[in-house]
Amino acid sequence: MTSSRIASALAITAFCFAAASLPTRADELQDIQALVKQGNQSQALDRVNAYLVSQPKDAQARFLKGVILTEQHKTAEAIKIFTALTEDYPELPEPYNNLAVLYASQQQYDKARRELEMAIQTHPSYATAHENLGDIYAKMASQAYDRALQLDKSNTAAQTKLSLIKEIFPINGRYQRPLIKPSTVVAVAAKPPVVAAAPVAAKPAEKIVEKSAEKTPEKPEEKADIPKQDPDAAILAAVNGWVSAWSNKNVGAYLRHYAPDFKTPKGEPRDAWEKMRKERSNAPKKIIVRLSGIKVSVKDERHASVTFRQHYKAGGFSSSTIKTLVLIKSGDKWLIQQERIGA
Amino acid sequence: MADSARAYWRISALTKLGSHTGMARTLAFFSQHRGKLLVLCIWLTLLPLAEPPATAMGSRPSPAAGSRPGVNTPEALLVQSLLDIQNNRLDAALKHINTLLSMRPNFRLAYLIKGDLLTARMRPIATIGNAPGGPVNRLADLRDEARVRLQHYLDPAPLDMVPEYLLQFDPSQHYAIVVDTSKSRLYLYKNDRGTPRYVADYYITSGKNGAEKLKEGDQRTPVGVYFVVNDLPKAKLSDFYGVGAFPINYPNEWDKRLGKNGHGIWLHGVPSDTYSRPPRASSGCVVLTNEDLKNVEQFIQVGHTPVIISNDIAWIGRKAWQSQRAAFLHDMDAWRRDWESLNNARYLSHYSPQFSNGTQDLAAWAAQKRAVNASKTSVKVTLSDVSIFRYPGKENLIVVTFDQNYRSNNLSNQMRKRQYWMQDGATWKIVYEGAA
Repeated sequence: MTSSRIASALAITAFCFAAASLPTRADELQDIQALVKQGNQSQALDRVNAYLVSQPKDAQARFLKGVILTEQHKTAEAIKIFTALTEDYPELPEPYNNLAVLYASQQQYDKARRELEMAIQTHPSYATAHENLGDIYAKMASQAYDRALQLDKSNTAAQTKLSLIKEIFPINGRYQRPLIKPSTVVAVAAKPPVVAAAPVAAKPAEKIVEKSAEKTPEKPEEKADIPKQDPDAAILAAVNGWVSAWSNKNVGAYLRHYAPDFKTPKGEPRDAWEKMRKERSNAPKKIIVRLSGIKVSVKDERHASVTFRQHYKAGGFSSSTIKTLVLIKSGDKWLIQQERIGA
Repeated sequence: MADSARAYWRISALTKLGSHTGMARTLAFFSQHRGKLLVLCIWLTLLPLAEPPATAMGSRPSPAAGSRPGVNTPEALLVQSLLDIQNNRLDAALKHINTLLSMRPNFRLAYLIKGDLLTARMRPIATIGNAPGGPVNRLADLRDEARVRLQHYLDPAPLDMVPEYLLQFDPSQHYAIVVDTSKSRLYLYKNDRGTPRYVADYYITSGKNGAEKLKEGDQRTPVGVYFVVNDLPKAKLSDFYGVGAFPINYPNEWDKRLGKNGHGIWLHGVPSDTYSRPPRASSGCVVLTNEDLKNVEQFIQVGHTPVIISNDIAWIGRKAWQSQRAAFLHDMDAWRRDWESLNNARYLSHYSPQFSNGTQDLAAWAAQKRAVNASKTSVKVTLSDVSIFRYPGKENLIVVTFDQNYRSNNLSNQMRKRQYWMQDGATWKIVYEGAA
């Protein structure tokens, strides 16, 4: 495995901080991400730096920069960036996870462990962090055993360090796992090669949700994410309909999921927002959106909110973001009144 | 699949514990999965005779104040961690191990337990020391150390009794050392106006091949009554012996008589790269951790301190101790008085047919004594600074050492003497007598 593979593996965990922001921003970041994938790190860094001049707070760009620096083995700088992200967005698991990668590469397993535990604390079902934590435990256990048994592995320490990142972070493969977890709602526009293995792709969303409920005992940590009471079927149906319309690039159906009094993300006029959404939805050839860890909380007969992790993939871009939809019941339909990042 | 799901359970439960939920949740979790988490059973199979830890600890005889290792001694932390494991508190166990390792960063057994505790977060483990591909003998050594250290707490020595060996200190002996090789333990006793009082005990390493040393190179620790004969400072030693060494007088008079040989049996410390050594690892020496040796050495008096090595300490109650001591003192005083009486038959009746002092058997000894006594009109013998130690092992032997003040009509002399007495029916007979 080459180092560029590692970088792309890291990059894949990049998240879309504001899915509904300006197209130019997304385009630019997509381009930069493509550069990262091609291994053109110095150019990617220049462009992300330039981007950050005008958007110094942009979380996704900062995250991307962290990934580039990691790829360039500028570990200390990368740690700085991801640490700042954990401070600004403590609810996001990815920066913790990548900090853990960096600490693990320095064989600071205890620090890595703490970061992963933070990632899991923010998102108990974050499978990547769980698996990485397992690897960290394994590494720490092996260190302890070496000391117990006086096995001198100092000669191979450097090698271990390099292969460690590869071992701990084959994120390409790893990241797929949460996506094909049974409790994930899946809706796909076209048959994407990446998720060809996902057996649930073609099935109706509602059924998949039911299926996930059956399967949860096998992955008990997911259980915590699913409310104990039977989730309100109508609410889930609405959310699934919204996801599948989005994934199918059916913009009309997609927009009909939004309530007339929908609060646009930046307070822009409704039609400006709709126009932007149309453009965004039509630009990529295919869009894959999946939800996992869906939590429904019903306030009263007409008000509810749904929180989930949104896995978004379009073109070369992918993100994994926690989102909350505030829903209002209009007639017999649940409509989106507000869409925001975070739980 | 089932396994990986279980692994997820464990990780998630432990992580939650580490972050914010309480102990109760984890306990509930583990009790739910008791059957699956093999690690919990290990300690039970490891210690088939052990009582439940809580009661065992609770019923431990309360020792003299301040004499037991406190909560934060390395061994107490290790044992606490092992008990935590037994009680399904894996998180607390790891906390104790981490505290221990911050105190003693070269405690190999603690690292092994730490490795197990981390491994247990990923998958059920079936034995202590899950180090994949680890050297089998080193793993076995560390498991043995875990077992004896834990066993010591679960099945504590009956400290309300005394080792039967310590029948009498001489006033110059302030402390005595009693070693139990089978339990890998050294006990320190204080001479409290003639009676032995427990002070402390320590984990030890003894011979690779066990106890009852017979010959040079057999890698065994001798069993017997010995005395510290030298003090070798650290500067004179290689790192292997740690912070100091105290040679003892193996082979003693009795060993030599039995044809045992070998030399260089010491009490000593451990190399600087380790906190302790496995229970069975030395070439016959009794090995303490460096910190324990430092503790013990302040009580050692070269030429005086007895080191009694047993492979299984015999403990007796105070009453039995008193009556055994009185019975022996009676026989010994009879010998002294019969010597003074100049009645050769009575005097020589105290000597066993097996008597030998290395050069004379009983007949030769008797002939010489008769000849000497023939020239005497009066003999006065007083004994002082008498120490009396029962000899560990199968033979019923007692070793006495004393200052003998001999005055007669034509000769007086003062000497330090040692005798070995052997039980012969209801009485004790001398089987060896010589200068100490």
